[in-house]
Amino acid sequence: MAESKDNRFDPVNVLHEIEEKFEMVQVLDEEGNVVNEDLMPDLSDEQLVELMSRMVYTRILDQRSISLNRQGRLGFYAPTAGQEASQLASQFALEKEDFILPGYRDVPQIVWHGLPLYQAFLFSRGHFMGNQIPEGVNVFPPQIIIGAQYIQAAGVAMGFQKKGQKAVAVTYTGDGGSSQGDFYEGLNFAGAYKVPAIFFVQNNQFAISTPRSLQTAAKTIAQKGIAAGLPSILVDGMDALAVYAVTKEARERAVAGEGPTFIEALCYRYGPHTMAGDDPTRYRTSETDSEWEKRDPLIRFRNFLTNKGLWTEEKENEVIERAKEEIKEAVKKADAAPKQKVTDLINIMYEENPYNLDEQKAYYTEKESN
Amino acid sequence: MAQMTMIQAITDALRCELKDDENVLVFGEDVGVNGGVFRATEGLQKEFGVDRVFDTPLAESGIGGLAVGLAMTGFRPVPEIQFFGFVFEVMDSISGQLARMRFRTGGSFNAPVTIRSPFGGGVHTPEMHADSLELLMTSTPGVKVVIPSTPYDAKGLLISSIRDNDPVVFLEHMKLYRSFRGEVPEESYTIPLGKADVKREGTDISIIAYGAMVHEALKAAEELEKEGKSAEVIDLRTVQPLDIETLIASVEKTGRAMVVQEAQKQAGIAANVVAEITERAILSLDAPVLRVTAPDTVYPFSQAETVWLPNYKDVLATAKKVLEF
Ligand SMILES: Cc1ncc(C[n+]2csc(CCOP(=O)(O)OP(=O)(O)O)c2C)c(N)n1
Ligand SMILES: [Mg+2]
Repeated sequence: MAESKDNRFDPVNVLHEIEEKFEMVQVLDEEGNVVNEDLMPDLSDEQLVELMSRMVYTRILDQRSISLNRQGRLGFYAPTAGQEASQLASQFALEKEDFILPGYRDVPQIVWHGLPLYQAFLFSRGHFMGNQIPEGVNVFPPQIIIGAQYIQAAGVAMGFQKKGQKAVAVTYTGDGGSSQGDFYEGLNFAGAYKVPAIFFVQNNQFAISTPRSLQTAAKTIAQKGIAAGLPSILVDGMDALAVYAVTKEARERAVAGEGPTFIEALCYRYGPHTMAGDDPTRYRTSETDSEWEKRDPLIRFRNFLTNKGLWTEEKENEVIERAKEEIKEAVKKADAAPKQKVTDLINIMYEENPYNLDEQKAYYTEKESN
Repeated sequence: MAQMTMIQAITDALRCELKDDENVLVFGEDVGVNGGVFRATEGLQKEFGVDRVFDTPLAESGIGGLAVGLAMTGFRPVPEIQFFGFVFEVMDSISGQLARMRFRTGGSFNAPVTIRSPFGGGVHTPEMHADSLELLMTSTPGVKVVIPSTPYDAKGLLISSIRDNDPVVFLEHMKLYRSFRGEVPEESYTIPLGKADVKREGTDISIIAYGAMVHEALKAAEELEKEGKSAEVIDLRTVQPLDIETLIASVEKTGRAMVVQEAQKQAGIAANVVAEITERAILSLDAPVLRVTAPDTVYPFSQAETVWLPNYKDVLATAKKVLEF
């Protein structure tokens, strides 16, 4: 590397100094030992068990969703296994009044935030009722346009700020999403207006086939927040307690009027990108897969809780059975939804339909009766 | 001649042009190692190296801007937008920048860029993947817009698009990617842009279509034949600019015409075709020129798409109206 000729300026060193600041925050190591007692979040035994239960439940939901998709009983599905700590522990740090703007892989967070599971299935099946958010559930449907949710989160947060509501807007994207213009704009606007928002990146190492290394020259994604003036943090996304701790702190800062926070969580998606024909063996090795599987969020949290005497195999089986039962019920409920009609869709275009839609409604009423 | 699917024909065209012209560059999200999410660029990075065929960070406006800059430095970029539903992210690069490059530099620069992108309904994608947004492009003076309906056309038109010295948006209907095979020459060949193709000759009515709707029109024409009516099916192939000559010659012969498009009625090429025909050939017409289109809603959630999309029965019903007028 070229040495600085002039000791007044050393931009290379400025970069290195910033990069070195980003050490990954961890509370539990891969075996579930506490490595950072100071950061241990203040969670009751019941809360710890609840968080573990949600992670186990969601792993089952992922497995069931994959098999339902293979049977043709679900449509679009983006697998979540490997990302439970990032997804569920961050959501666990929120309050009901906080508003989530998810990406397409963030269905678990909005389900745990209150969206009925059968609606998540309807969303997957391409039925508009899946996106009809019930009153009092503070989520937006999963965003398809990568990055769009980031700048919108700044808007939601500004809304809370203007109304003096003590609530936070939380949004998620991936390592790939952190390359979008909207991503930077979201951080920048939120910082400029000091709004109560949390920007969360689940860096699962790949954007479809594109490895993290091709997305950016930045050593961490976390450091991107610095440029926008946001407190920014790199966290072990396979460690539920670390994810919870940093998100909780970000929320407290936000509701105290101290502005937005940016969080990068390091994790991995075990499955394919989506169930629509992606083949991970084309772009990643089984060595990398198994390296990450060793850091599994369930294994370490299970060990931690077992050592504390809070978790047993029976408890886990109980959760698994409950999950299976509830999933079955939700599928039934989704099956019972009325067949989606074009005429229904015509009705949700405007508050009042113009002439063309009225005419077309007549045409489609006829077409759908055949 | 080889039998190829449309996607194979597209890969083949890209291979021909990468071989033929070292200034051709192929890039986009997941086009490298993965060969594209539909495998349109399968094997190309291996064959031509990461210098010529490369993955980009996830940003469509970035992909567009890169293409603009590379065009300025003498390259012939062939970027891929993973799904055309994401075109809004790259609108400025296409409509604001590429389309005006020749114009605003008084001809000192030009933009030999071909933007390839899958679009089109019927394959159960999530929201914002399947929309027919060609009107956004055709209403931008400065770009050409090509939509093939067969493997043979896809290869010849893509090669012509890449060789064209102005920006071309090349839209590939997802449903046609693998739905059938056709004969495709192994060697390089071109099909001129701006030339429609008479896919079936007839004397009673001209059915004008493009993309996947060409096949619905052909099916309807077969049905009409059973009823003793002879339909001519014209595949526009290039929707901007239109092939006025072929359209008018056909209408003058048949005296009746209709236009079929997958896009919504308010968002289509069809209105423009109707206007051109009535302006130029009103005295040859024995009936109004009618349209078959999708309804004016947002592209539907996938459960409703098969009904929402126009099909050959819709074409047939409208053809009868025109014939019986
Ligand atoms: C604007 C936009 N561009 C491209 C896509 C297609 N696409 C869907 S997911 C994806 C990769 C996203 O990767 P990342 O942000 O890392 O999230 P992950 O899927 O890994 O959770 C791409 C390119 C899209 N949905 N939206
Ligand atoms: Mg990713």
